[in-house]
Amino acid sequence: MIELILSERCIACGTCAKVCPDDVLRTDAAGEPVIAHKEDCQTCYLCELFCPVDALYVSPRTAPDPTVDAAALIAAGLIGSYRRELGWARGRPGGTETDLSYRMHEAFTEPFGEIWKRSGI
Amino acid sequence: MSESTLHLTADVLVIGGGPAGCWAALAARRAGASVVLAEKGYVGTSGATPPANTTLFYTVPGDRLQNDGMVDHRVAPAKGFIVRDFVRRVYDETTVNTELMTRWGYPWPRNETGKTFRGNLRGPDYMIFLRKRLLAEGVRILDHSPALELLTADGVAAGAAGITRRTGDRWEVRAGAVVVATGGCAFRSGVVGTHNLTGDGYLLAAEAGARFSGMEFSGQWALAPAEGGLTKGIIYFSGSFSDADGTPIPHPAVPDALAAGRSVHAVLDRADPYLEDGYRKGQPNIFVYFHRLGGNPFKDRYPVRLLYEGTVRAAGGLDVDERCATSVPGLYAVGDATTREKLTGAAMSGGGPAVAWCIASGTWAGQAATAFARQFAAGAAGLAGRPVQPIGGAGLRPAAKPDPERTAEAVTRAVQQEILPLDRNYRRTGAGIAAALERLDGLWEAARDGLAPPAGATPRDVVRAREAAALVATARWILASAGQRTETRGLHRRADFPGLDPAQHHHLLSGGLDRVWVRRADPHEEAVAA
Repeated sequence: MIELILSERCIACGTCAKVCPDDVLRTDAAGEPVIAHKEDCQTCYLCELFCPVDALYVSPRTAPDPTVDAAALIAAGLIGSYRRELGWARGRPGGTETDLSYRMHEAFTEPFGEIWKRSGI
Repeated sequence: MSESTLHLTADVLVIGGGPAGCWAALAARRAGASVVLAEKGYVGTSGATPPANTTLFYTVPGDRLQNDGMVDHRVAPAKGFIVRDFVRRVYDETTVNTELMTRWGYPWPRNETGKTFRGNLRGPDYMIFLRKRLLAEGVRILDHSPALELLTADGVAAGAAGITRRTGDRWEVRAGAVVVATGGCAFRSGVVGTHNLTGDGYLLAAEAGARFSGMEFSGQWALAPAEGGLTKGIIYFSGSFSDADGTPIPHPAVPDALAAGRSVHAVLDRADPYLEDGYRKGQPNIFVYFHRLGGNPFKDRYPVRLLYEGTVRAAGGLDVDERCATSVPGLYAVGDATTREKLTGAAMSGGGPAVAWCIASGTWAGQAATAFARQFAAGAAGLAGRPVQPIGGAGLRPAAKPDPERTAEAVTRAVQQEILPLDRNYRRTGAGIAAALERLDGLWEAARDGLAPPAGATPRDVVRAREAAALVATARWILASAGQRTETRGLHRRADFPGLDPAQHHHLLSGGLDRVWVRRADPHEEAVAA
């Protein structure tokens, strides 16, 4: 679930509230995001992905996570880690071209793995 | 709440902006229709696809190994109903449309031999790509704008009305044809990507008289790490399972072990470094859990649980014909909102086939809806003056005095108590189904009569009430169908009828609101032969 909005990083662009699929985030009068309905957070990390400045943290736990500690997460390099793994930057898609998922499909039992190995068009 | 209403007209209205809705809107636009796409969340992040990295099946022109292999592969798990020619049509249509994506600039990855690999669509990238294409093609997108009810004109679908959740403004779209692309229903079980998949489109369509097929094939449960919600099954091709003491459990026995209350642990110990790299760099969404909480899933055992995916990755849904038309004139359905029995039979549909189905069904429905709008509704110009009727009931217009105790939250919890407990629902019994149905029938009556947004309701309250009604209705079509199939076949598991009964090689159609009905329909000819 969404646990942190790092206000010192937030630039109040409103993107996280705009892209949240179920209205968990709203913006206040100053344009800063607030967690309005945490119970509706589905732990999809998409707000993190679209955030241009890594100002959000979603715990992978689907229940509220009392262990979340901003300083420790920053020190461990975990803020924005999903975005970096995918290759997105500044809220823009990137990294699809280096997706290695074909290796998983190759591992299917034959002849399916063989089909995928040669399946390029 | 604001009282203003946005009035729009379009040849085609698409309700739902996941991949199937996007492809329907694109196909309708390319066929020359004016198109409005109304999405409950945000087109690009909403639904099952954006948080995922999805497998995609397709055929390759002239490659017999690829084509026959792809199609034949579906036959055994389908346990009947599959129609080979239909599977091939779906995969062929997908090939054509992935070619379009290439022309539009989709950055396909390449494998070690330098060939592009189209067997995967990374959810967020794919959906933002489609969003940009929709805007470039001139589709009018309404984000955060759930449809609350259909509009009909003499029994023909003629548009929909809804609400914009951010402002409370109402919207109404008069349309020559309507495409339901609202996805499946996972009953808010906690699966990532399914929170707003609550069967809304099923309820809208059923109120217009549409019917369902294969709702009993909805027993789709998927593994997730014990504290997480991401249900990606592909890693378990390389997994081993054991109980708390370390005693091995074969993969197929895992659900029953969990249903019996045993603790089950997984470890992905069968992946070599080449494949481990493929998993980690292909599915980062899976590994963010371990990265952030600690532990190495390729070496360390971790506890798992099963989460209910309902009809999202299952087979059942709205019954549609070859053009994706429902039984209601002018009303089409696509993607996970539809039955996928002809494609995957009684087996799960996601991802490869389901992702292809979103592309193919969206394309076919977009084309057919455009033709319908032109032929029967005289185009957008004739739409505005057509007398239409709003037909939404339960959760929107209570049949009796609103009951303040009957909140959306209470109704949702009551449905979940019937449909989510693993011990009663992974394998169902006739007695258990009958008792649950009786309670759900009572819940439906109470919701129909008394469920309504409270005085001073927020837009969220309005939407939640309607979603709660859809959850009750969906649970009843599922359980009524499950009660009529006295055998175990694919995703339909009966503890009291553990074997497959060849005499039950028929479809089960269902529908109805106050009175839920189920009846048999013959399977497709080719399916009998198979």
